[in-house]
Amino acid sequence: MDGTITKEAIFKPENIVYKKTSLMTDNILSYCPGCGHGTAHRLIMEVIDEMGLESETIGIAPVGCSVLAYEFMNVDMQQAAHGRAPAHATAIKRLMPHKTVFAYQGDGDLAAIGTAETIHACNRGENFTTFFINNGIYGMTGGQMAPTTLPGMKSSTSPYGRDLKSMGHPIKMTELVAQLPGTYYVTRQAVHTPAAVRKAKKAIRKAIEIQQMNVGLSFVEIVSNCNSGWKMAPVQSNHWMEENMFPFYPLGDIKVDGKLVEK
Amino acid sequence: MAKVKGDIVVDTEKCKGCEVCIDACPTHTIAMSEDVNGKGYHYMQNIYDACTGCTNCAIVCPDGVITVYRIKV
Repeated sequence: MDGTITKEAIFKPENIVYKKTSLMTDNILSYCPGCGHGTAHRLIMEVIDEMGLESETIGIAPVGCSVLAYEFMNVDMQQAAHGRAPAHATAIKRLMPHKTVFAYQGDGDLAAIGTAETIHACNRGENFTTFFINNGIYGMTGGQMAPTTLPGMKSSTSPYGRDLKSMGHPIKMTELVAQLPGTYYVTRQAVHTPAAVRKAKKAIRKAIEIQQMNVGLSFVEIVSNCNSGWKMAPVQSNHWMEENMFPFYPLGDIKVDGKLVEK
Repeated sequence: MAKVKGDIVVDTEKCKGCEVCIDACPTHTIAMSEDVNGKGYHYMQNIYDACTGCTNCAIVCPDGVITVYRIKV
């Protein structure tokens, strides 16, 4: 029976069950093979597409690997100085409250140089959405140690592993901002497997819906890999992430409807 | 029981050969090509006839190069 089905019978527009959203441009992504940034970009754009918000959305591109996000996301974008995406997002959302505004930031941007901006934007309860891509390293500049680097994790500036005594402890930004009264929805997701991608997409949709309710900041952390910075193959880095990142950065909702989730 | 048959179309020039899709495929129907694309990457392709059109490969693909088709037979 299967033998009678030709390729021509399957490859028809009405049989398409999945194709890349038109809100991603046709430019080839500048990310390394296997990088979670591409999946995260696509999920955000799919949610915006499904909610019909493409003409009502303004994104803020950060500094870091995703500095060229505006080349790939086919919505209005603004480029911020390093770590200053929350300030841009605050201004845009206050001037145009009917627009959907999101800040897309990495861990070097959000958790290092932009910590103050992030914390105060969360504390003010600005009505935008922050997408925080956490790969535990400064990927763009060559894999240096970031504030989110795990204890004992090797990077180019901690070649013997992160020593907690001399280099300090990793910072859990997502748990930190969940403590602030201005945040309404705080969650941590990943995009390394199909199941994780589906969950992450639901979380992104919820975050955008919460922004439309005007009740406070929604914050979605996506734990991602950096196979170039970690010096691993993409699939190997995903397994490494499951074994090492997830025990320290557990996935799941941290704050829902303005209340901390009890674990 | 209605059976489904799927197939994929890969934008081989954009595929970077990360192999994340191969780990995600439940029927092990995809594999890397022996040829390389213009950028020098091996690209993924559907080699066996076992695709069910589950879209797992397409949703984990960081570069969004996979289009999935599915029909009931």
